[in-house]
Amino acid sequence: MTGEVAVLGAGMHPWGKWGRSFVEYGTVAARAALADAGLDWRDVGSVVGADTVRGGYPGYVAGATFARALGWQGARVTSVYAACASGAQAVGTARAQILAGLADVVLVVGADSAPKGFFRPAGGDRADDPDWLRFRVLGATNPTYFGLYARRRMAVHGDTPEDFARVKVKNSAMGALNPYARYRKRVTAEEVAASAVVADPLRLLDICATSDGGAALVLSSMDFARRHGVAEPVRIRAVSTVTPRYPNTVLDLPDIATDSSVAVPPPDETFRASIARAAYEEAGVGPEDLSFAEVYDLSTALELQWYEDLGLCGEGEAAKLLRDGVTALGGRIPVNSSGGLASFGEAVPAQAIAQVCELVRQLRGEATDRQVEGARVGVSANQGLFGHGSAVIAVR
Amino acid sequence: MVAGWFTGEGEGFRLLGTRCSACASVFFPREDVFCRNPGCPGGELREVPLSRRGRVWSYTDGRYRPPSPYVSDPELPWEPYALIAVELAEERLVVLGQAVPGVTVADLAVGMEVEVVPGVLNEDAETVWTTWQWRPTGVAA
Repeated sequence: MTGEVAVLGAGMHPWGKWGRSFVEYGTVAARAALADAGLDWRDVGSVVGADTVRGGYPGYVAGATFARALGWQGARVTSVYAACASGAQAVGTARAQILAGLADVVLVVGADSAPKGFFRPAGGDRADDPDWLRFRVLGATNPTYFGLYARRRMAVHGDTPEDFARVKVKNSAMGALNPYARYRKRVTAEEVAASAVVADPLRLLDICATSDGGAALVLSSMDFARRHGVAEPVRIRAVSTVTPRYPNTVLDLPDIATDSSVAVPPPDETFRASIARAAYEEAGVGPEDLSFAEVYDLSTALELQWYEDLGLCGEGEAAKLLRDGVTALGGRIPVNSSGGLASFGEAVPAQAIAQVCELVRQLRGEATDRQVEGARVGVSANQGLFGHGSAVIAVR
Repeated sequence: MVAGWFTGEGEGFRLLGTRCSACASVFFPREDVFCRNPGCPGGELREVPLSRRGRVWSYTDGRYRPPSPYVSDPELPWEPYALIAVELAEERLVVLGQAVPGVTVADLAVGMEVEVVPGVLNEDAETVWTTWQWRPTGVAA
């Protein structure tokens, strides 16, 4: 495959509420990724940062911030913002530079210091911003939307709150085996049921927390990898960063309404499904080829939605897949072997990169107690606010 | 805080959107600059009232106080309200809104018919901010 790039290194800063600067988390993750790759920072020809607004600087910054912290060495720099898909766009940008011959080795970094409690829009009266409007006019937090999707699944597919809790039980069991996860304790169905309702029908333990964290990757051309003595690296074969197609008829965070399908019939597939399909087409693989998947479980119910959008099962069959143990460790296709957001929490610009770190660990067979046996092909999937798609397929 | 999203009083209360004169696409909240249909050459966007009634697509509530810019009195205990996403059959779109006070998630079901009514979002000494709210059609005024 001519479109492939090698993953030489992966590194993370543990997730949690550490109360330090995002620069520190990103730099720790970057140094870990470089050490994993066996490369010096001065070998890096390009650095791509996934942006954060929360760093005390009035603007979205990342790439050069990490380059400065690591020590200016003249590398090409890029900073990208795509909300939760920022990390995937950073990987996509790095890959494009490598394939275009602009750089042999690219460092990708994302890190954040998240606020406590609900994410909220930036300040000021900003009636031209849909994210501001949904808070001001409706008081609609992110969990509001998770609750709407969960209730819809219950009505249409017959999912139950007990099914949702099973996702948490599964992911916490795997997260307990991951030293980088914020929550390292197994959670029971009874504990989920006993936690407070946040947005009916979802409870506190159905919804991911906000966290601090950082993740980084060192990517290179296949030629460089071979010259560097890595004959069989984990390879990235696809990066999907598609936008939705009009009319988008699923009420998407942070919108107050969907598009109308009066003039144009809705597309055959939802936005999330199109994110996965674009990745499959680019990689030349299908869901039947997958060994495991990392999906964006902002809520337990949303993980079930991803099973269907990734084509792991038919529409409405996700809860059965879960109940049958197919997506648990030891099942046919484990989902969120890292522990997922359920165990990590959300550190927006780092998250899609952290998903790829897990793909790398699994494909190298380095995932210790949470190793998926014989892992050959992994997909990560995520969706960024305002219409940013995100999926990565990695192979060994 | 946003002009031109609704109009009228009582039975005459309506959400306002815009319709593209070239392709007939409807937009809510109103789109006044460009038609967003990628296959449309772009037409004039004209204000249109939306259907008064629709069916519940889904619903939820917020058991914790939302952060600003939502306005609520921190001195008072938080009273959750329901949020309803409503499918408008004629316009073929889904609109999210608060439920009228007193309607909780226990009163709602997917597919139930609701209608749009005026409501109060918040008020201070000088201003009352009105908004739209959804009310099950089976509920008396």
